[in-house]
Amino acid sequence: MSASDTTTAPAGRGADRPGRRVRPRSRLGDRLLKVYVWVIIAWLFLPIAVMVVFGFNDTRSKSNVNWQGFTLKWWTRLGDYPELTAAVGNSLRIALLATLITTVIGTLMGLALGRYRFRGQGATNLVIFAAIASPELVMGASLLSLFISTGVETGFATVVIAHVLFSLSFVAITVRARVIGLDRSVEEAARDLGASTWTTFWRVTFPMILPGVVSGALLAFALSIDDFVITQFTSGSLQTFPLWIWGATRMGIPPQVNILGTLIFAIGVAVAVVNTLTARRRT
Amino acid sequence: MKRLAPYLLILPGGLWLLIFLVVPMVFMASVSTQEGDMLNGFVQTFNLSTYGDALAQYRTQFLRSAGYGLMGTAVSIALAYPMAYWIAFKGGARKSTYLLLVLLPFFVSFVLRTVSWKFLLADDGMLLAPLKSMSLVPGDFHVLQTTVAVIGGLVYNYLPFMILPIYVALERVDPRVVEAAQDLYAPRREAFTKVVLPLSLPGVFAGVLMTFVPMTADYVNAGILGGPENTMIGNIIQTEYLTNSDYPTAAALSFTLMAAMLIGIFAYARALGTENVLEAAAR
Repeated sequence: MSASDTTTAPAGRGADRPGRRVRPRSRLGDRLLKVYVWVIIAWLFLPIAVMVVFGFNDTRSKSNVNWQGFTLKWWTRLGDYPELTAAVGNSLRIALLATLITTVIGTLMGLALGRYRFRGQGATNLVIFAAIASPELVMGASLLSLFISTGVETGFATVVIAHVLFSLSFVAITVRARVIGLDRSVEEAARDLGASTWTTFWRVTFPMILPGVVSGALLAFALSIDDFVITQFTSGSLQTFPLWIWGATRMGIPPQVNILGTLIFAIGVAVAVVNTLTARRRT
Repeated sequence: MKRLAPYLLILPGGLWLLIFLVVPMVFMASVSTQEGDMLNGFVQTFNLSTYGDALAQYRTQFLRSAGYGLMGTAVSIALAYPMAYWIAFKGGARKSTYLLLVLLPFFVSFVLRTVSWKFLLADDGMLLAPLKSMSLVPGDFHVLQTTVAVIGGLVYNYLPFMILPIYVALERVDPRVVEAAQDLYAPRREAFTKVVLPLSLPGVFAGVLMTFVPMTADYVNAGILGGPENTMIGNIIQTEYLTNSDYPTAAALSFTLMAAMLIGIFAYARALGTENVLEAAAR
């Protein structure tokens, strides 16, 4: 729609009404706006660039703030802080388990919301909406109140519970969007040709909603591995990567953190780019 | 069976949301009316005076958080609108690439990005040290531990949540409607203020909800970039829960925050519906 708009419209419109003086100014405005967009993108990436670069900093003191020269030595000393390594391990384990649970139950929810009209649908939508709109602090504080009151010890399991909670809604609505966009006649065709409900689902419906499920799973993983606030409230003495960084902020962050952050970022970017490219080819 | 299908699909996710989102809020209310301390345990006394005491004691932080949230949201609208506008109308075939660029920073943990800003803005850091050595700013000039640093951090961290919903709303504006306005000799400015802007307002409102709520409840930015004068209500709640273990006070404060937020969130849902936020979040 707007792809054609940008490629053909400016020239076409200009030719239609050559007498209008506003056109050249507006094109200058567009160009300025483009510069502005790139300035904001640069601003969004500035602290990330700093993170990447300072993983190569030959720093001697505890505070890795000023550039001392290039080195690769931190890459060979990634495991210098056993607690940091353990924290990253915890983050990965939590993210994998939470993503698995969230993807399964979130996909089921998305199917129900996208496919059926049922009593209680509005209420379900409202709860999902509230789960997205509620601040993490409130969710973390109320979960901790629940765990304190019921005597549940906080740790790995409670963090997984919390992570499933906040990513569930995102997976459900991502799948829902995909389900609503489905062409139902394909499923009807499968059934007319004698496929059972079960076969139709696995051979026809599921492959069609799979891109939504994959995007939802990726989102759940990204939300989980980066989460700080809810994790802090529900983790007890368990450490995760973001929690370890928060704890180390006052003493100074070692370059190993920069490298681990860079690695997670690189993997995330690679997966996101592949997902965008394959999604584009599918449609 | 067919009629039960949506309920069976929704059951696991629905139970998860019920047990870990709705029920904990009741427990938070219960904890807030308990009395006692860590040593002797807490007793349910339905004591409401904690609310009065806590609110009187932390009124400043409550008001400050609301103020920071409002300021941050206003700055975010100003920064995000032109960007969303350009991507939606002039992004052409690269629209999804620009959106991806806006979202990629999320692959670095929110805490790590904020810590990165702390390094960048440090008194002897990369940005200020050169300015100071050239005497462009006085030697005691500092950015960290100021209101500007905290609001800047809030805007930085939540800007994508403003860009996305505005973009979704603008992208849906049919270019032919704008052309119609221009064909009817609406000047460019009026075509914008009378056609495009009103059509994009639902996106702006969704963005306000998605930035104001988390900004007001944030404690990471104030904790890392701010000083003692910038303490927000989130910092107080976090300290009372996790450091002081004064659960009744902590629960009373977070319950008040939650009540205020939920009233706002449900008023929003009632007035504008949940679809704009759900669609933006499904991206």
